[in-house]
Amino acid sequence: MPNDAVYSSHNIDRDRLVDLYRTMRRIRAFEEAAEKASLNGQVGGAVHLSIGQEAVAAGVCANLRRTDQITTTHRGHGHCIAKGTDPGAMMLELFGKEGGTCGGKGGSMHIADFEVGMLGANGVVAAGIPIAVGAAHGAKLMGEDKVVVCFFGDGAINRGPFMEGLNWATVFKLPVLFVCEHNGFASTTHSDAVTGGGGANARAESLGLEAFDVDGNDVAAVDGLVGDLIPRIRGGAGPMFLSARTYRLKGHTSVDPALYRDQDYAAAQWNVDPLVRAANELHRLGLGDSDLSDIDSAAVGEMGRVAETAEAADTPALEHAFADIQDVGAPVWGSRS
Amino acid sequence: MSVISYQEAGLQAVAEEMRRDERVWALGEDLGRGGVFGQYRGLVDEFGPERIADTPISEATIMGASVGAALVGTRPIVEMRFADFALCAVDEMVNQAAKARFMFGGQARVPMVIRQPSGMWRSSAAQHSQSLEAWYTHIPGLVVAAPYTPADNKGLLKSAIRCDDPVIYIEHKDNWTLEGEVPDDDDYLMPLGPARLAREGADLTVVTWSKMVGVAEQAAEQAAAKGIEIEIVDLRTLWPWDQEMVFASVARTKRLMVVHEAVQVGGFGAEIAATVAEHMAHVLVAPIRRLGAPRAPISYAKPLEDLLRITPDKILGMAQEQMWG
Repeated sequence: MPNDAVYSSHNIDRDRLVDLYRTMRRIRAFEEAAEKASLNGQVGGAVHLSIGQEAVAAGVCANLRRTDQITTTHRGHGHCIAKGTDPGAMMLELFGKEGGTCGGKGGSMHIADFEVGMLGANGVVAAGIPIAVGAAHGAKLMGEDKVVVCFFGDGAINRGPFMEGLNWATVFKLPVLFVCEHNGFASTTHSDAVTGGGGANARAESLGLEAFDVDGNDVAAVDGLVGDLIPRIRGGAGPMFLSARTYRLKGHTSVDPALYRDQDYAAAQWNVDPLVRAANELHRLGLGDSDLSDIDSAAVGEMGRVAETAEAADTPALEHAFADIQDVGAPVWGSRS
Repeated sequence: MSVISYQEAGLQAVAEEMRRDERVWALGEDLGRGGVFGQYRGLVDEFGPERIADTPISEATIMGASVGAALVGTRPIVEMRFADFALCAVDEMVNQAAKARFMFGGQARVPMVIRQPSGMWRSSAAQHSQSLEAWYTHIPGLVVAAPYTPADNKGLLKSAIRCDDPVIYIEHKDNWTLEGEVPDDDDYLMPLGPARLAREGADLTVVTWSKMVGVAEQAAEQAAAKGIEIEIVDLRTLWPWDQEMVFASVARTKRLMVVHEAVQVGGFGAEIAATVAEHMAHVLVAPIRRLGAPRAPISYAKPLEDLLRITPDKILGMAQEQMWG
């Protein structure tokens, strides 16, 4: 099996790494703005941050077409941005405002953007797995040339739909890339402590999938490996499985201080996070400090502006609480039942 | 018109809709061999194994994959084999299928039909006999249909397949062999919502659905011999339910009994009884009555199973109480 040594940063073209770095930086800036808005009460619901995990989203989605599709999880802001969802609409959604990706009715855990193939984040762990598999099944039935990427975390591999969905993808030979973001935590529990056997890849291989490991904090490695896998999947090779080892630098939610983990270890992880590593590599490839800081400040500026816009925007009209439920038997706006 | 069975009527509906729309497909366990009750017999020969798909025994993924396939533009017919087994896929029905359109702000639809063969049948005991339709009426986003006649099984199933909402489709296992006149027309549709006045009668309205319509009809025959004229409303769909027809009937008879095979406690009969009480208490000349099963799991042994069964005698007994106190 290929390993991350094959797909190291040293193989990557500088311009491509700049693009990947920019995507990661925009995700980081979005989430830092969302975190701030959550902590100061502008964003009401739970916000699950993927800070530290941006390389997986950026490296995978850089290899997808607009018509390819993804499903993601409660920790999905990065995947949405990397797939092309407008962060302005996403921030409006987090703020529960008109113009949000879902009109303010879904919030952080239910962002969806079908225009760019983002089939929805999900508030139920592992629930996106059967949906991704079904999207691929539907595409196959309709003869469409599509790959579906299914993102989930290491906590999801202990739910039944993980086994069912992987088996299904194998049996129907569907064009799915399963991406397990192994961040070490199942909510606030160390995932290793509650996972038996050989873990995600062993389970995937037992169900007939080719399974790969990658250093999920090395964006060039993720990009390189996924760049090899997607054409194979598109060509009919069947589903494949990727474990990307990464680290969740923040708690389970924005308000979780994550005191259940080794604080020295956690602090040290900031020095090897995917942005630091990509920046070091870009320096090595000759990119100047000012070029990097231009990318950084552009991202921070963009996300600061979308947060300001979201704060100023209107809340949805009340009748939307009764809209888009069902055509047959829909509740009538203003009625009691 | 042809006289065919309830099972054949469903089969016709699926075949006609699959011919009409190539996005329609069916998936579930053993469908290639006709389905556990023969309700897909022969379809794989016409439509092939891609559109009549045999799946693993993976209810959560049968349901969840159907949600995904519906979101991207196909129209799956999901076979759950027994309604009891759909409980392995409740997240996929309730949290995913029912809510995706709303949560995503109307970006996508989930056009799928979830067939759930229900009810007591051939001493099948506690895990193969349940009637759980009331659960689904509680979930915004779902349509719930429970046809009784063969004609309705064709017309409602076709409407369900063409519906852009997820539809819980309850077929009673005791009805598979029930025969009746069914239109041959490929475009015979029965809209989801309107009830059917199954029998006219001046004294008492019985509101019911699915197999219990037949049981109520037997009771009405016996009641007529005793001078009680029972009117029967076959609800056809539970959500939405035809308040207009129920209210109109109760306005005429001034008495209401709601009958269902499901457990009485928290059954859908309670919703109908409460709604009528809220709006029409002033016209009633007798208390509203509900007749459902005791809150006990369904037994295997026949005499024990029979204790839980709604019979014409039980309906008749309750009707006499309502008429004569």
